[in-house]
Amino acid sequence: MNPLFGMIARRLLIALGTMVLVSLAVFATSLLIEGDVAEAILGQSATPQALAGLRAAMHLDQPAWARYLDWAGGMVAGDPGTSLVTGLPVAALIGPRLGNSLALAGVTALVAVPLALTLGIAAAVRRGTLFDRAISLGTIAIVSVPEFLVATLLVMVFAVKLRWLPALSSMRDVGSMGDMARMFVLPVAALACVVIAQMVRMTRAAVIDALASSYAEAARLKGVAPRRLVLSHALPNAVGPIANAVALSLSTLLGGVIVIEIIFNYPGVARLMVDAVAMRDMPLVLSVAMIFCASYLLLVTVADIVAILANPRLRHR
Amino acid sequence: MLAGGAVAGLGACSFPPARPPVPGGRLRVATGVSSTADTLDPAKQGVVTDYCRGNMFYNGLTRLDATLRAQPELAVAIETRDARTWTIRLRDGVRFHDGRPLDARDVVWSLGRHRDPAVGSKARIFADRFADIRALSPDTVRITLDGPNADLPVILGIPQFLIVRDGTTRFETANGTGPFRCTEFLPGVRSIGTRNDDYWRGPVRLGEVELFSIADDSARINALLSGDVDLINAINPRIVRQLQAAGFAVMESKTGGYTDLVMRLDRAPGRNRDFIAGMKALLDRKTMQSAIFRGYATIANDQPIPPANPYHAADLPQRAFDPDRARHHFAKAGMLGTTVPVVTSSAAEKSDDMGVLLQDAARRAGLNLDLRRVPADGYWTNSWMKVPVGFGNVNPRPTADIIFTQFFSSDAPWNESGWHDPRFDRMLLEARASTDEALRRRIYGEMQHRIHDHAGVGIPLFLSLLDAHHPRVKGLKPMPSGGLMGFDFAQHVWLEDA
Repeated sequence: MNPLFGMIARRLLIALGTMVLVSLAVFATSLLIEGDVAEAILGQSATPQALAGLRAAMHLDQPAWARYLDWAGGMVAGDPGTSLVTGLPVAALIGPRLGNSLALAGVTALVAVPLALTLGIAAAVRRGTLFDRAISLGTIAIVSVPEFLVATLLVMVFAVKLRWLPALSSMRDVGSMGDMARMFVLPVAALACVVIAQMVRMTRAAVIDALASSYAEAARLKGVAPRRLVLSHALPNAVGPIANAVALSLSTLLGGVIVIEIIFNYPGVARLMVDAVAMRDMPLVLSVAMIFCASYLLLVTVADIVAILANPRLRHR
Repeated sequence: MLAGGAVAGLGACSFPPARPPVPGGRLRVATGVSSTADTLDPAKQGVVTDYCRGNMFYNGLTRLDATLRAQPELAVAIETRDARTWTIRLRDGVRFHDGRPLDARDVVWSLGRHRDPAVGSKARIFADRFADIRALSPDTVRITLDGPNADLPVILGIPQFLIVRDGTTRFETANGTGPFRCTEFLPGVRSIGTRNDDYWRGPVRLGEVELFSIADDSARINALLSGDVDLINAINPRIVRQLQAAGFAVMESKTGGYTDLVMRLDRAPGRNRDFIAGMKALLDRKTMQSAIFRGYATIANDQPIPPANPYHAADLPQRAFDPDRARHHFAKAGMLGTTVPVVTSSAAEKSDDMGVLLQDAARRAGLNLDLRRVPADGYWTNSWMKVPVGFGNVNPRPTADIIFTQFFSSDAPWNESGWHDPRFDRMLLEARASTDEALRRRIYGEMQHRIHDHAGVGIPLFLSLLDAHHPRVKGLKPMPSGGLMGFDFAQHVWLEDA
């Protein structure tokens, strides 16, 4: 049997265990936060009788383990339950927003990953030159500026002053591919700024490492052309750390983009999570947490598989 | 398809067709708060966005006018003899969006459901006073209260008492009698109302309203500046001039909301009444008004009834900023040179800034204030009404009775300073039971005097709410009941170019 399949199977098993642990941790943490969903709904009108009645109606008077098992049982059966606050199915709340978040993350990845890899490799090859220093300085500068500032500056320049692009990305009046693209430009640009720097720096470091190795030295002495040296000798060995850096950067694109979602009024899962936590809407919190957890595990696993496939030594071990 | 199809469409590679222009135009409104807690259930409404959405799709029995008096809406007459048994006659010819005519059963259902704890109504405290709600005929409802309350017509105008159709328990969409039909509702994303051509007042001018929220202040302003929205709320007074310079209009609504200095009377240093008197004399209202609010606030007089309220006591002499007088009181209390901790928080709007001004004034009167800023998260549960000296924030309330009952009577749930005045409590009940306007005015007047003199709260200013809009939005007028025209802009405004 291909060792790769064994590894994937093992990874899936571990992932399942991890998700159970994470859901338990999230649920346990929720028990520590002050206040519950009934208090959140009633706000200032939370008299003791009103609270008791609402808690009973929401089954919050049941013990914590029973509530957890209730949710977990539904989750296993494919039904993440009903949002306590809206009364809508959790799946219906998450569905469209997950689509939105995946679209934004996907477009950002399509833009950011090739750009970052190209810049990182180019900087590594021309190590020590003005180009390399400009890249290093530029990425540090961008990653040091908080994303809300980047996003707000982009909006002020391109939406308010120049009026080229919309300030919001939640518009309904999307009639063409062009409108769609216009809508995505600013949030994708802002997000790319956040994730690119890390990937560029990791790529550069990994490629430099590989280029300094003895086999690269040997290839160079053998007279291999510089382009081939980088692409077929150094890069395959650098893919592992690069893939890991890419996976880590991309994993923030789903749950860690709350600032971008708020500034561009983009309805994604990060805002859903914040709302859900603020209202103590546990079925929703747990379900979204599972999505974040699953996407993270998936990305890390994919990164490992890519590293194995790209590296002959690992492939045949 | 409704569910964010336009945005998620990229993944599915399908595009909705470009939408044709709407007769009457499309108004895009962005407020500051919205979340998955957004609701179409009037009973659960709790924030500005909810109130605006509710008023698009529903009507109440009454509605508050510019003087905070109840005007008939779905009710044409509300009559009582003893302020306890009320007969409400309903308007004829009103239809729900599904075509069914309004009748008494709808009102009985809409008001009665607030008493069910499972509904989670924010108005239960009022609904629990309805001992009996009964349909006498298809167009007449009788409400019997468990005690007299002359304010019932005003209470029926609060946002939670909007009228839904008999038997409604699910609120994925809205079936009301309001000026707009609900064509899209996505909690935390947006609500869309399309003109109801069958509206009983006659069709409104706007064709469509798109209501959503942008929580970030500068993003909301940028969306207005870039032309992506037409009307926004919750403007910071500091940027009014910039907005006006860019050609946008700013509307100031003078409401009865306030941020107040709260001094507990049941522990030191508030136990000493000279400390209370001294602190009240240290509120530099004029400087607070101009420096903190850029003029968008009204000078208040340490009592909670705003000038727009018909029962406002205009005869109460204005308390002046007087550090010398404060020094005299602090000396009498033996507190000169001592240090008093004062808790402020961004949760109580602008209390951080007010605290700084107060600290400066106190120094001149020989008292050191130790300002302690605490985070907004958890402020209302952990600090408010618990620390000896701190700040509170109170949203506008429609009637004097509600303000006094909730914040000043001895058993009030939010009796901020722990003030007990049996005479005040008796007067509250007496005014509530009376339909004699002159008597009510006299009683409410004296109650304001008592709060001004004895309660442990200093109310320096009534705060204004600021909305900004594109000049093409016409017909907006400020209302004392709240921003965005008392949350009811949708049926009054129109677009100049549509």
